[in-house]
Amino acid sequence: MPKVILSVDDSRSIRQMVSFTLTQAGYQVLEAVDGKDALTKLAGAGVDMVITDLNMPNMNGIELIREVRKQTKFKFIPIIMLTTESQDATKQEGKAAGATGWIVKPFNATQLVDVVKKVLR
Amino acid sequence: MDRNQLIFFEEARDLLTELEETTLAIEHDPENMDLIGRIFRAIHTLKGSSSMFGCDVIAHFAHDVENAFDCVRQGKMTVTPALITLTLASRDHIALLFQDLLKEKQPSEKVIGQGDEILTELRKLLPVAKAEQTAAHAAPEAGAPARQAQQKKMVYRIRWRPPQNIYLTGSNPQYLIDELKEMGACEVILHSDGLPPADELNPDFCYFRWDLLLTTEKDERAIRDVFIFVEDDSELRIELLGDADYCDQETRQEIIDVLTSMEDAPIEHLKAIIAPHSVRMQSSAMPIIQQQHSSVQQQPSAQQQQQGAAQQDHKEKDKGIQSIKVPSERLDKLVDLVGELVIVQARLSQAASSSVDPAFRSIAEQVEALVWELRDNAMSIRMLPIGTTFGKFNRLVRDLSAELGKEIQLVTEGEETELDKTVIERLGDPLVHMIRNCIDHGIETPAERLAGGKPRAGMIRLSAVHAGSFVHISITDDGRGLDTEAIFNKAVSQGLIGPDAQLSNQELYALIFRPGFSTNTVVTNVSGRGVGMDVVRRSIDDLGGQIEVTSKLNKGTTILLKIPLTMAIVEGLLVQVGRDYYILPLSIVKECVELPSMEERRGNGGELINVRGDIVPYIRLHDYFGSTDPVLEHEYVVIVEFDKTSLGFAVDVVCGQHQTVIKGLGAMYSDVKGVSGATILGDGTVALIVDVPAIVTEIQHEVQQPGKPALAYN
Repeated sequence: MPKVILSVDDSRSIRQMVSFTLTQAGYQVLEAVDGKDALTKLAGAGVDMVITDLNMPNMNGIELIREVRKQTKFKFIPIIMLTTESQDATKQEGKAAGATGWIVKPFNATQLVDVVKKVLR
Repeated sequence: MDRNQLIFFEEARDLLTELEETTLAIEHDPENMDLIGRIFRAIHTLKGSSSMFGCDVIAHFAHDVENAFDCVRQGKMTVTPALITLTLASRDHIALLFQDLLKEKQPSEKVIGQGDEILTELRKLLPVAKAEQTAAHAAPEAGAPARQAQQKKMVYRIRWRPPQNIYLTGSNPQYLIDELKEMGACEVILHSDGLPPADELNPDFCYFRWDLLLTTEKDERAIRDVFIFVEDDSELRIELLGDADYCDQETRQEIIDVLTSMEDAPIEHLKAIIAPHSVRMQSSAMPIIQQQHSSVQQQPSAQQQQQGAAQQDHKEKDKGIQSIKVPSERLDKLVDLVGELVIVQARLSQAASSSVDPAFRSIAEQVEALVWELRDNAMSIRMLPIGTTFGKFNRLVRDLSAELGKEIQLVTEGEETELDKTVIERLGDPLVHMIRNCIDHGIETPAERLAGGKPRAGMIRLSAVHAGSFVHISITDDGRGLDTEAIFNKAVSQGLIGPDAQLSNQELYALIFRPGFSTNTVVTNVSGRGVGMDVVRRSIDDLGGQIEVTSKLNKGTTILLKIPLTMAIVEGLLVQVGRDYYILPLSIVKECVELPSMEERRGNGGELINVRGDIVPYIRLHDYFGSTDPVLEHEYVVIVEFDKTSLGFAVDVVCGQHQTVIKGLGAMYSDVKGVSGATILGDGTVALIVDVPAIVTEIQHEVQQPGKPALAYN
């Protein structure tokens, strides 16, 4: 059974890119448009990993990471955040909230798959 | 251009709209943190996505704008009119860059220059420290930087104590060790000296630390990269022990022994072990020892736990996405098909009504109910809130009023009112024309307004509201109102009416919709060229809508547009003329009366009928469409009201209400007068849809020729 990755981003094109790349790499990808949506989707499906943007409406990435980590069944789930170079403080905040790692935008397909392989088995 | 990029462009358009709307909104509410957050996010996403999809020019440009709003967000800067103007300019610049990219060409020097100007201005607004930082922003740091290959194999000692909570951040030390093993021969020595007493042990924590002996061609940076996500919180030391050539199996074992027995083996000690061997050249391939301390395997089984959770409810279906984007052609196709279905259904109902088989009739009834429901659903899919159109007017009002030195506030109401997609698209231009007119003609300059005892800033109110199968859109301004006298004089000078003509206000207002009519003596680049209002009129007619004007001198003007909800299917009144069928749009039908057979005939070739005291002219459709079928003894007149004009259509039989699926007549018949389309009846007969607006205009034009009496208004 392929591993399921939840891609959370308010940008449709980024979701599309993540989804396309990871599906090609043999993963199953679910998409969510913001933190709230992500929590709903996490409740339903057996997600093995989360890749989330940080700046999103309704519930941002940091809050999402905190909420996910609070749930016992996601205590150890790998969570990767998508950041930009100008967001170092936010990156630290994300780590404190329980993020596993990060990918700096812009990234390409290889970098994305490398990071996923690094944290998800 | 690939698919991802196309999606990105579509998304970018939405983001630019969002950016514009929020920026305009913040002008009135500069401290609204929610709006600031939205602006920041829009730019941020634009920047991030641009760099993802190779639009570096845009990413670079957006960076500074993002910075500015980051400062605002953190309270280091306030929203000033200058910032708003620059943000809007930036938004336009980005839109320009996108246009070039869409055409797959490089932006011109001039465009780049404009961009730089905006950025220079913008940087002036930034707090000093931030501006410097912006000027030289760091090269992007990649999550997994390119690993540089190093030819020579070297031996490294890596000492690593991960943070205790490493599992709780979703990492697993074993994964990282495995990654190191992929880089070359790697010995793993586990130290469990950090273990607390059993009663203090938290099974979620990692208390171990490792010594790793790695022989690899990769350099130190590549090794460090393995730990990139945990490095900050770990104790990590990577030390070069020496050349792998001088480190044979024996030496290696020696080092391992030292590492295992000593809790903190000093680096000099280890180097000393390799050094004496450096004289001995080892040319044969290095044997690889895969030694791994057994206790590494006893780590809490995070992975299994994780999988358990994952499988726990995989049976539950994904809730699905709340909304989807569909190409509009598919929706058009759907509505087309539903239209066909409605026609077939009408035939089915007709066949059923003449059948004696009760089962068949019951099926036909069920199908009918389902088809109506399907039709309503298909129609509602195409409905969009009109707010999407309203949004762009904020910008229009802002820019134009600034250009003309006026102060105008645009108030919009009923943005959520839904209309068919095609109707909304075709409403855009007429609304722009009318709002331009309001700004240019309607609203006075601040000085004039103050002199007239009005508030300095003018107001334009744009509102939409549902009224039955229509949406009423009104554009109200509190400006100078329509000057009936000026209109009258202008109309006389243009020869539209005689100097002694007696016209009601409504008739005078109707004149402003005539081609080439403008009372503005000066042509500005905004309006006054006299093109516009007739185009507005034509567009609204095409939509099957109506225009009403009310105005009061020095108080303001209201233009009310009554727009049908949809254009694909309308309620019609089916009438018969000879052997032919016609449809009149039910929305404008006022009543049907019997035509007395001996009605006196007079007038300009048309006839008049007395309806409860009102004299209404009527047209015999027999004559209009040149029917050669005999006229029946009893005729009916269908009275329609259009454009404040009542007009009758004499027909043979009024058959009743009919759900009309409008079909175009095709290019061949596009210039046929008096008919706007056709529909297919239940028995397969074609019925033509009477183009009432065109006929009314035609008649009005005819009767206004000199020497002929005007068409009666009521």
